[in-house]
Amino acid sequence: MPDLGQLSDTLLFAAVVLYALAMLGFAGDQATSRARRVSAETVVRGAVVAPRRVLVGAGGPAADEVVVPPLPPAPAKGRKGFAGPIAVALTLVGVAVHVGSVLARGFAAHRVPWGNMYEFSSMVALAAVAVFLVCLWRGKLERSMGAFIMLPVVCYLGLAGTVLYTKAGPLVPALNSYWIKIHVAAAILASGAFLLSGVVALLYLLRERFDSRLAEGLEVRFPTTLAAALPAAQGLDRAAYAVIAFAFPIWTFAIIAGAIWAESAWGRYWGWDPKETWSFITWVLYAGYLHARSTAGWKGRKAAWIAVAAALALIVDYYVVNIFVVGIHSYAGVKQ
Amino acid sequence: MTTTTGMATETPPDLDASLSTQPAPVAPPVPSRSPLVPLRRSWRQLTSMRTALLLLFLLALAAVPGSFLPQRPVSPQRVSAYFAKHRALAPLLDRVGGFDVFASPWFAAIYLALFVSLVGCLVPRIRLHAKALRTPPPKVPANLSRLPVADRWEVDATPEEVVDAARRTLKKSRYRVVRRSTARGAELSAEKGYLRETGNLLFHVCLVLLLVGIAWGAMYGFKGTVLVKEGKGFANANFNYDDRKPGRLFHESSLVPLQFTLNDFRATYAPDGKASTFDADVTWSNGADGAARRYDVRVNHPLEVGAAKVYLIGHGYAPEFVVRDPQGRVVLDRSESVVCLPQDAAFTSTCVLKLPDALPRQMAFEGIFTPSTVQDPTTGRVGSNFPAARNPGVTLLAYTGDVGLDSGLATSVYRLDKSRLTLRDPAAHELFLGEAWQLPGGGSIAFVGVKEWATFQVTQDPGKLLALLAGSGMVIGLVLSLFVRRRRVWVRASTLAGGDGRPGRTVVEVGGLARTDTERFAEEFSSLADRMRPEETRA
Repeated sequence: MPDLGQLSDTLLFAAVVLYALAMLGFAGDQATSRARRVSAETVVRGAVVAPRRVLVGAGGPAADEVVVPPLPPAPAKGRKGFAGPIAVALTLVGVAVHVGSVLARGFAAHRVPWGNMYEFSSMVALAAVAVFLVCLWRGKLERSMGAFIMLPVVCYLGLAGTVLYTKAGPLVPALNSYWIKIHVAAAILASGAFLLSGVVALLYLLRERFDSRLAEGLEVRFPTTLAAALPAAQGLDRAAYAVIAFAFPIWTFAIIAGAIWAESAWGRYWGWDPKETWSFITWVLYAGYLHARSTAGWKGRKAAWIAVAAALALIVDYYVVNIFVVGIHSYAGVKQ
Repeated sequence: MTTTTGMATETPPDLDASLSTQPAPVAPPVPSRSPLVPLRRSWRQLTSMRTALLLLFLLALAAVPGSFLPQRPVSPQRVSAYFAKHRALAPLLDRVGGFDVFASPWFAAIYLALFVSLVGCLVPRIRLHAKALRTPPPKVPANLSRLPVADRWEVDATPEEVVDAARRTLKKSRYRVVRRSTARGAELSAEKGYLRETGNLLFHVCLVLLLVGIAWGAMYGFKGTVLVKEGKGFANANFNYDDRKPGRLFHESSLVPLQFTLNDFRATYAPDGKASTFDADVTWSNGADGAARRYDVRVNHPLEVGAAKVYLIGHGYAPEFVVRDPQGRVVLDRSESVVCLPQDAAFTSTCVLKLPDALPRQMAFEGIFTPSTVQDPTTGRVGSNFPAARNPGVTLLAYTGDVGLDSGLATSVYRLDKSRLTLRDPAAHELFLGEAWQLPGGGSIAFVGVKEWATFQVTQDPGKLLALLAGSGMVIGLVLSLFVRRRRVWVRASTLAGGDGRPGRTVVEVGGLARTDTERFAEEFSSLADRMRPEETRA
């Protein structure tokens, strides 16, 4: 019998490498698609920006401060390069290997593979990548964002595999319940999607800044220039919304399932344990996002900042609360 | 809240208004001298979306200190520790409710304001939605081609036949259809997706019900903890609890007539000392004449008796001693095991024995119980290296004098007031199971056995079911309000004027409108139109 725990670790490492390669592929794809897009946009933007420059020059800063990004020559029509499809394929293989790693863990420990913080983080990253792929497939997200999404995934998994690493082992009695399958699985899926939406919201903010600076004829500097290859701001806003609308009911369900479990494990369904408190804060912030997105004066940039804040609250919920705050959800298995 | 959750506005404003069930924006009030004006204005302010949003963020912010400061209902010990560490800051924080954030007046103020705002906006919306449900889909617009999606074709069938067929198609797609005949021809107005707003309202109503359930449970609920030693029993009555937290309106007569005896407690541990299972084998009965039944109370496996649930929440050791006083009388026998309180993960526990019946003077012992006894070779200190009772030992200090039970004041059984006691022997004495210690000056103590104890929590929460139902309703409402799509489709079939006064072919016009997910609606609409038209006219 091979050592399944070790196999799981090897597969996770392989998945990280595949994701990293996919990230490079996406970056290459972006470089070529950026050239295409910028050249296509110049036609439209040139008309808008040019008259403004005159106005700006008259009253505001000197006209020579206005810098329009360099415009490469327009490439021929049609799909250029293999980098994009290869990156998607690498991500798919990465997901398959990642699933293998998770399964091996589960068999090694004879339980669901989400019993401690390391396993949980691995699953959250898997969920985020899976939701990303589904969004790609359904046309909600575009390939050009791939590099921006795979970068945090690779960093996250890298950290999970080093800092949070715990050997496969049995569960503490409080976790020994079928609710772990329901509550934690829902929390993982929602968290993966939420973290993905946080990245998309950040990309939206970047793209929005890029657009508004360009429209005002202001200089666009790095890192805002990266936004040139991103989909239109409205598309990013819609994508972030779609992902959050998918995750929010699941998160609500996860909290309720957690409450039902807490009722049978700890004798109360809600007790303001730090983890419960931060899940509540996260929930309230996402509820705020959904409302803000349909309230005049809160749409767009403000709503996106709420989505980012909510994703940060989620990170506090998992990492800050588990590692630094004393509570009864202390199953992290991380040595302090 | 005055706008629909998650409904993005992407259609032109005039069309938008026709699809929305949200209340029309209120016109600026006509200046009036009525004293109600400022009141009405502030009510409108409170129930506005903007206020609700701010209150939501305030609620999230207000919860933050509750997670970083120790909270009294969760852990009073850590609050005391915080007081000891931050002498100046702690009393200030305490005054503003920092150690009981979730019961503090300002936290309540925020969520109550939020719920008032919610109810204030929910009631008119429920009324509007009820009206919308009873109102037939609106009339067909004059110019269908101006709608976001539209199509048009000609057929030989009569307008009546066309409209009948279209009606069937729409019904099959779960549209609510109304047929009208106008001067322009035969018309259909169809609409679907009413469940979106229904779900939205359901979610928010359930949110209010959830709060009601929580409040109900807090007022009429009960929570008490009791420590039971192996072989001993518990009867559900107020005075038998070690600690109890009844709701403000809870009456003792609502306590479930429950009693149980702890036959045996077992804990098993992994080799690294982490607990793997806890089992409390109890014999219980409901009321004095109820039949006795056995149950294995475990973590995640409480005992349910009527409205009450009994949870296993803690455990520890209770060593058995036989103590004789200098006159040779037994003042403690093995039937009264001594509860020791665990101090660390390996169950090194502190014990106190008070023997007020000993003669000529009262006796007392203070001890450390170690289930798996090890001795540090350098310091000589005794400790435990494993939580299971592999090699139980107890290290004792013996006292004589006045144990302080005669003053009439309440004293802790776990703490020894040594002010009127004298040490029998300055050195601590270590006993292993089966050993005895002949005390200097007479009397003896024998360590004869080890039993365990378990703490149980008995809970009654009458608001629980309502909270659970409300929570489930919230999820259902959310899914509906986020994923049901609201669409309107109109069909008009009119007769073209043919040659020599006879009716000519029939022109069919269809148009559609969606407020959400407009891109996908275009596809949905064209497939719907395709199902309505004869094949040869399809593009």
